[in-house]
Amino acid sequence: MNNFNIVGKNVIRQDGLEKVTGEAKFADDYSFPNQLYSMMVRLSVAHANIKSIDYSSIENDPEIIIIDSRDIPGANYIGAIRQDQPIFADQKIRTYGDVVCMLVGSDPEKLELAGKQVKINFETLPTLTDPLKSLKKDAPLIHEQYKDNLIVHYPLRKGDIEKGFSECDHILEQTYTTPFIEHGYIEPEAVIALLREGNKGVHIIGSIQNPHTTQKVVATVLGWPLAKVRIQQAELGGSFGGKDDTMNILSARAAVAALKTKRPVKIRYSREESILESYKRHPYTMHYKVGYNNDGKLIAMKIDILADGGAYASMSPFVTWRTVVQATGPYEIENVWTDVRAVYTNNPYTGAMRGFGSPQPIFAQESIMDEIAIRLDISPDTVRRINGFKTGSVTASGQKLHDHDVNLITVMDRAIQESGFQEKWKLFKSQKPEFGIAPDRDDLILKKDEFIDPDKTVYKGIGLAVSFRGSSLGAEGIDTAAAYLSVQADGSAYLLCGLAENGQGLRTTFSIIAAEVLGISVDDIFYLDHDTSVIPDSGPTVASRSTVMGGGAVKNAAEKVRTALQKFLTEKWELSENDELLFAGNKVSCKRKNKQIGFSELCGLARNKGVNLAALGWYAGPQVDWEEETGQGDAYFTYVYGCQVAEVSVNISTGQVAIDRIVAVHDPGTVINKVGAEGQVFGGVTQGAGYGLWEEISTHQGMPRELNFDEYLVPTSKDIGKIVPIFVQGKEKYGPWGAKSLGEPTLELTAAALANAIRNAIGKRFYNLPLNLEEIILQRKLRKEDLQRGSM
Amino acid sequence: MKNIEFTLNGFPMLVYVDPSLRLLDVLRNTLGLTGTKEGCDIGECGACTVLLNGKAVNSCLVLIGQVENQNVLTVEGLSSHGSLHPLQQKFLEYGAVQCGFCTPGMLLSAYALLQENPHPSEDEIKDAIAGNLCRCTGYKPIIDAITAYSR
Ligand code: FES
Ligand code: FES
Repeated sequence: MNNFNIVGKNVIRQDGLEKVTGEAKFADDYSFPNQLYSMMVRLSVAHANIKSIDYSSIENDPEIIIIDSRDIPGANYIGAIRQDQPIFADQKIRTYGDVVCMLVGSDPEKLELAGKQVKINFETLPTLTDPLKSLKKDAPLIHEQYKDNLIVHYPLRKGDIEKGFSECDHILEQTYTTPFIEHGYIEPEAVIALLREGNKGVHIIGSIQNPHTTQKVVATVLGWPLAKVRIQQAELGGSFGGKDDTMNILSARAAVAALKTKRPVKIRYSREESILESYKRHPYTMHYKVGYNNDGKLIAMKIDILADGGAYASMSPFVTWRTVVQATGPYEIENVWTDVRAVYTNNPYTGAMRGFGSPQPIFAQESIMDEIAIRLDISPDTVRRINGFKTGSVTASGQKLHDHDVNLITVMDRAIQESGFQEKWKLFKSQKPEFGIAPDRDDLILKKDEFIDPDKTVYKGIGLAVSFRGSSLGAEGIDTAAAYLSVQADGSAYLLCGLAENGQGLRTTFSIIAAEVLGISVDDIFYLDHDTSVIPDSGPTVASRSTVMGGGAVKNAAEKVRTALQKFLTEKWELSENDELLFAGNKVSCKRKNKQIGFSELCGLARNKGVNLAALGWYAGPQVDWEEETGQGDAYFTYVYGCQVAEVSVNISTGQVAIDRIVAVHDPGTVINKVGAEGQVFGGVTQGAGYGLWEEISTHQGMPRELNFDEYLVPTSKDIGKIVPIFVQGKEKYGPWGAKSLGEPTLELTAAALANAIRNAIGKRFYNLPLNLEEIILQRKLRKEDLQRGSM
Repeated sequence: MKNIEFTLNGFPMLVYVDPSLRLLDVLRNTLGLTGTKEGCDIGECGACTVLLNGKAVNSCLVLIGQVENQNVLTVEGLSSHGSLHPLQQKFLEYGAVQCGFCTPGMLLSAYALLQENPHPSEDEIKDAIAGNLCRCTGYKPIIDAITAYSR
């Protein structure tokens, strides 16, 4: 283990001060003289052809400027893989969030009224909202340029699936579903576009997750060179994967409007608009067929997963690729046959969200593992111990796990030990709750003997879930990152990494890494605002890749500067090549020569001798490979492992599930910032709990029902019990000192652990998230429309 | 339009505005105090929390006309003479801040509680911030920070 000065300790956030004083500037906190506001015009329909737009009642109003597809100098259709999504819908409406045109003016209230006067003539088309029907021959086609509604299909084939099923002792088949999920960042989207002087282009400030992606989209839409588009990230009020595509599109709209009006244009979304237009987490329908033997060994697994991509392809091809790699869970199975498909519908489109294609299959696969354990009368950890990855195991994609610590069993044992899982699980399993009424019964009036004994309404349960997760992008994309470090003549330093802060604390993590290498204090590092004009494209802040990739780049930059200083000192102190210099405590020293110099003084001297104290660091992810047809290859260069154990109290008369305690054990490699890492666990587990128990965007003919926090229920301070974060640190050759991923693993396990805990408490398996009151009591969801009809 | 006098962060304030404007808009747009945030506009998220006569209120649900001659405290009024209020300090130390968007509202709800009840229990703390949504921290570090301050 390294002997660190700062790494792994508790460090106060780089950007904390301005955030507690209210000075931090989020996108909507920026205002500029002469600024115009904007208002989006939509059609209240999920699928329609636009025949014509009639602006006649507002087009002569000098205070209102109309912006639509005709104002776009470059491309109106954008998208990471498929360019299928319009900045302004001009031919078709494919989902409720689509925007036909934008009105711009100085008075937001007036815009609101004017928006109602735009008359859009349209012809409604048959609406496709059930993804299971999207591949049927007679399904309405969402995008005419493609022959069907298939966005992507990933097969994975390993071994001989039919032989596996014919030779195993038992077969279990189950289907699980998960809903649309809203990211629920507390800051709604906002962006301002400012035209710069002369030929300098446009400057955009916004709540932008990935400034370089936004830059590409805006440049494409304007038909401009990338360097004419400068994207500055404002303080970001949460993202969780959600301020990517939406913000690219809003930035492009603002830029087009600024170009037309020659004035600063601001777009700010209300919560309702934010939920209506922004993308969601994919709903999955997951069919698992598992063959296993009496001894608990898994022999064959056949997986069929359908993801609702909604109206646009967006990140579906990436999200579902992670699913295909990880769908079996961390189990070594000889015969695997997986198909993952994403399809178009007229629902809200779906894209990246923290977890990225993993929370869904983990819910299914970990529920099934428990079902197998229960059927074989062995404990849930035993079935995982038998099948779980160990060093040398081969994944479903044929990747041999050998060059990192395969910590799966270690994290599970730690979680079991911390929670007393085994004893509790056995004890709670023996409970026999008596439910009052059968959920499928028509007559819901209780008879005398059907009342639940008031003393026997609450049952405790405990459940566990484990996962493996590929670190960073894997074969999904180009995996490189840059960092800029400029040490000043007094030893203070500017730092900026190309991976943008998303609120999780990257600035702090990166500052710690630079400070550690240079032996200075984190307070000496001044983190710059993220701006595409000063830092190279480093890919997006996604896939829990920032610490490993960005951290690697920062370390590289700091090491370059340190090497320059070392060279300078070696000459100055007449050291030999082998003399070691120690950078620590804002000093540099050489033990053998008994020499020491303050870091600040050293920088001054070096600067005066013309030494370059600035560096661009670079980090490239190791080679990975993937065979599309068979789903075989080394998908990711390394993996992290996690185990969460949830303890719950289930009230069988109300259906309420109270979370008593969650033990979360993760192996993020080296922990760089302890408070930050624990914060990721608390936050991730809480989001995961929301996913498990409450959160859901339901749609009615494609229209989201839950448009604000009164109906979309994100966890509050009162909803979660104790969370116990534990880190198991393992050996890892990549990343800064072997640090890897944490942000997403923390979220992906919680819903599955909760489902297993509920099963343990009341002996019932639940197949459809969220496990809210009605799911627990009735095993189905209640919708507003149902209630209006007076039925229950 | 109307002249409205109130006390803001300890100082007398006079604004000439439409009395039906939300307090939130007057703070942010008229007065440029952007520390108070808007997250939902319907009183559900607490990002816009300010203190009205010492009580935590959602400034998206308060009209400026209602604060006439009343006392308003925003996050900008928490620290004094350039030094942080100890509660702000605890938020920093305990990692109660991630993205920071909920932080101003969170601080004010906590501050209101502590004014009334200097040594709250964990449940009392949870109750006091139950109207403030935070999507990043899982609340635990926030609760710890408030607890630490109250000791
Ligand atoms: S903006 Fe006022 S409570 Fe959300
Ligand atoms: S810190 Fe991001 S919402 Fe609370």
